[in-house]
Amino acid sequence: MANLTTNFAGIRCPNPFWLASAPPTNCGEQVMRAFDAGWGGAVWKTIGEPITNVSSRYSSVDWAGQRMMGLNNIELISDRPIEVNLREIAEVKRRYPKHAVIASLMVESKRETWHEMVKRAEGAGADGLELNFGCPHGMSERGMGSAVGQVPEYAQMITEWVKEAARTPVLVKLTPNITDIRVVARAAKRAGADGLSAINTINSITGIDLDTFTPRPNVDGKSSHGGYCGPAVKPIALNMIQQVNADHVDGPPIPMSGIGGVGNWRDAAEFFLMGCGTVQVCTAAMHFGYRIVEDLIDGLSEWMDAKGFVTVDDFRGLSLPKVTEWKRLNLNYKIVAQIDESLCIGCQLCHIACWDGAHQCIHMDRVTGPVDGHVEVHARPREAGRERIVVTPIPKLDSLDPPPTHLGPFATSLERIPRVDETECVGCNLCSLVCPVDQCITMVERPSGSAPETWAERTSAIVERAG
Amino acid sequence: MGACPTHIDVPRFIKKIVSGNVAGSAKSILEANVLGASCSRVCPVEVLCEGSCVMHGRGENAIEIGRLQRFAMETFYEAGGTVPLRSRPERKERVACIGAGPSSLACAAELRQQGFQVTIFDKRALPGGLNTYGVAEYKLRPPDSLREVEMIRGLGVRFETRDVDAAELARMEREFDAIFLGVGLGAMHRLAVAGAEAIGHGAAAIRAEVGIIDALEFIARYKTGERLSVAPRVAVIGAGNTAIDAACAAKRLGAESVTIVYRRQRENISAFDFEYEHALKEGVEFLWSSLPMRISESEDGILLECVAVEQDGTGGLEPIPGSEFAVECDVVIPAIGQSPLVELLSLVHGVAMERGRVVIDRATGQTTNPKYFAGGDCVNGGREVVDAVADGKRAALGIAAALTGQEVGRG
Repeated sequence: MANLTTNFAGIRCPNPFWLASAPPTNCGEQVMRAFDAGWGGAVWKTIGEPITNVSSRYSSVDWAGQRMMGLNNIELISDRPIEVNLREIAEVKRRYPKHAVIASLMVESKRETWHEMVKRAEGAGADGLELNFGCPHGMSERGMGSAVGQVPEYAQMITEWVKEAARTPVLVKLTPNITDIRVVARAAKRAGADGLSAINTINSITGIDLDTFTPRPNVDGKSSHGGYCGPAVKPIALNMIQQVNADHVDGPPIPMSGIGGVGNWRDAAEFFLMGCGTVQVCTAAMHFGYRIVEDLIDGLSEWMDAKGFVTVDDFRGLSLPKVTEWKRLNLNYKIVAQIDESLCIGCQLCHIACWDGAHQCIHMDRVTGPVDGHVEVHARPREAGRERIVVTPIPKLDSLDPPPTHLGPFATSLERIPRVDETECVGCNLCSLVCPVDQCITMVERPSGSAPETWAERTSAIVERAG
Repeated sequence: MGACPTHIDVPRFIKKIVSGNVAGSAKSILEANVLGASCSRVCPVEVLCEGSCVMHGRGENAIEIGRLQRFAMETFYEAGGTVPLRSRPERKERVACIGAGPSSLACAAELRQQGFQVTIFDKRALPGGLNTYGVAEYKLRPPDSLREVEMIRGLGVRFETRDVDAAELARMEREFDAIFLGVGLGAMHRLAVAGAEAIGHGAAAIRAEVGIIDALEFIARYKTGERLSVAPRVAVIGAGNTAIDAACAAKRLGAESVTIVYRRQRENISAFDFEYEHALKEGVEFLWSSLPMRISESEDGILLECVAVEQDGTGGLEPIPGSEFAVECDVVIPAIGQSPLVELLSLVHGVAMERGRVVIDRATGQTTNPKYFAGGDCVNGGREVVDAVADGKRAALGIAAALTGQEVGRG
């Protein structure tokens, strides 16, 4: 049976699912309800000198009928007094001693101010501290948030100040709005941080109202760039987390709390495989509510049971060695597309994608009607492809023969089922990505007849020969 | 899109709806089919585009192409959109289109798009042919049909109301460089049943609320608002799509009972399955294997005497002795097909006919008299609006090629 109990950089909690510092962790009442729902920890909405927010604050990108593929916000840190937040943290910890409450902090860049903030947060009972060096909007204009996180020296200095005063684990939250995220991660390591959180939101403008020309969200006719999160940012987060977790400069990697588009247990498993010890969730909870944690917990547990893993540590980081530099990939590995004719519905998306977006090797050149075994080709591929490009809709003469009613083992007439020219296929995957039918196009390995060889090997061999 | 006779590019127009480019969507429909609005209402999509939708291969329902097309066209026209006219030089060649139905409209529109001077002649007061007068009103209202006619008029097509006779044809042959025959079919077959001649027909039947009125006349009268009620008991003879239209219309006009009398079985009807299902939902009753033998006026209406029949080995129908029965009704609506317009077509010299249909070269629409082209019901014996549109457009390309001395692509 899977055991999700977690010890992350010294912070203990019933499971590795935390709510990220954001609106879902704005107050004690919310955090307690979240713990009741099953969350293992919560990073409190960033505490600092109270700010004034604007309305509106959010905007989103909808895609293909789905709401909120990406969410953007221009909300600042907590707008509530520091003492109110701390009082509520104390109450939550009193009622939920086994759950993790991490205080996210952001104050002005003065050593004494940071010392005092750290002591007050720990005094309230926080299990750990997360330094918000990532907020990309508003606060950064005041010299805080990503203004700190984008300058390694500042990040190191403030982390050092915090470590001088802190007794609990200190996590540094990284901003992705930087050329190389490893630079600030190294600064945090040098300063003695106990762990990292990544990624914070990405600078974004989600869209523009085509009637008013004002980008969203609209604040009295104007907008401002915000921070982007949600499913859309997961690939960016995974890449940055891989970069940091594989980086051994300035010491071995330190614990990482993964953030960025985690919405279900599959996403979470991927972040753990990439070396994270916990994951933090925000957008999915804002979209569907706290109860999504139930699927996170039992979905991951079922998967772990099926794979024979007992703890997250059993599989944490297993994907890290499977990411390498391009030059270490095998140039002689060959796969080709294979179309399962019994599943093909004749939509021809793969044909169009291959002709316009890939390597012109999926052809529509089959004969009509059921054919046993061997498939005939009745036009040269390039001609067949060109003929199908319809420019003007001129009513064409249809055959007087009725269309074949007997389709044999196929779901569509054979002439609508594309054919892959394996000798030309480069194995790019595009057709299998556009195919709307699950398992209809698979990529299968073909012997290339050559021993594995990487670009690195090939170039070093040339250098040796030249030498 | 291969399933659409006019080859509307379906993925193209749907993708434009998705992106919010509804005007672009409508224009791409119109490019292929200038009657895209009426076709979206009357097309039997189940046997055309939606019938060949690839979603069937996934075991899912077809994309609702007809409704999407209707949305694009309605939105476009509601917003004041018009059929865009291609940029091209005006040409002096003149073409006459006889008949103002779908095939002539499509032919005329395409010819105007190529700069030719086109006049449409029709004997009826309103243009649009069966779109205006013949398609059941719950599918296509006359204003919808007339709106499309106005679009085509907007392209510069002239319309004249005129009954074409021999003298008129001779004049046309002198004044026009080519003539398109989009005349459709003639009158409906009359009910050849003993006693039918003694019963009031047509307008008389309508006035008396008792009698015989053929299906197309019945539909035309209520579509044009001439007659908005029907007697309580209606019998429709025949089971084609027009019979279903008439039966459903009678139901909707308030008939208490509507019975379709058909001499063969359910599996023999020429109406589409979905039309049959539709009639059942409207409450239309069907009498199968029932052959009308005699019709007479009774005290309170009409007595339609029938006999049950069974099919013999050769497909013929054999009355079953002693199975006679009578259907009591007020109005009988025969819907047993239209006869060819033999009289009019016989006036055109050198245009060959075969089994009541004008013979054409399918690729160009050209008849055996090279000056004449033809399309629509008079060529295909009575098919869908969309087939007529495809015929008309194809003939326009044939006419354009003939008048400019070019070859037409044979697709």
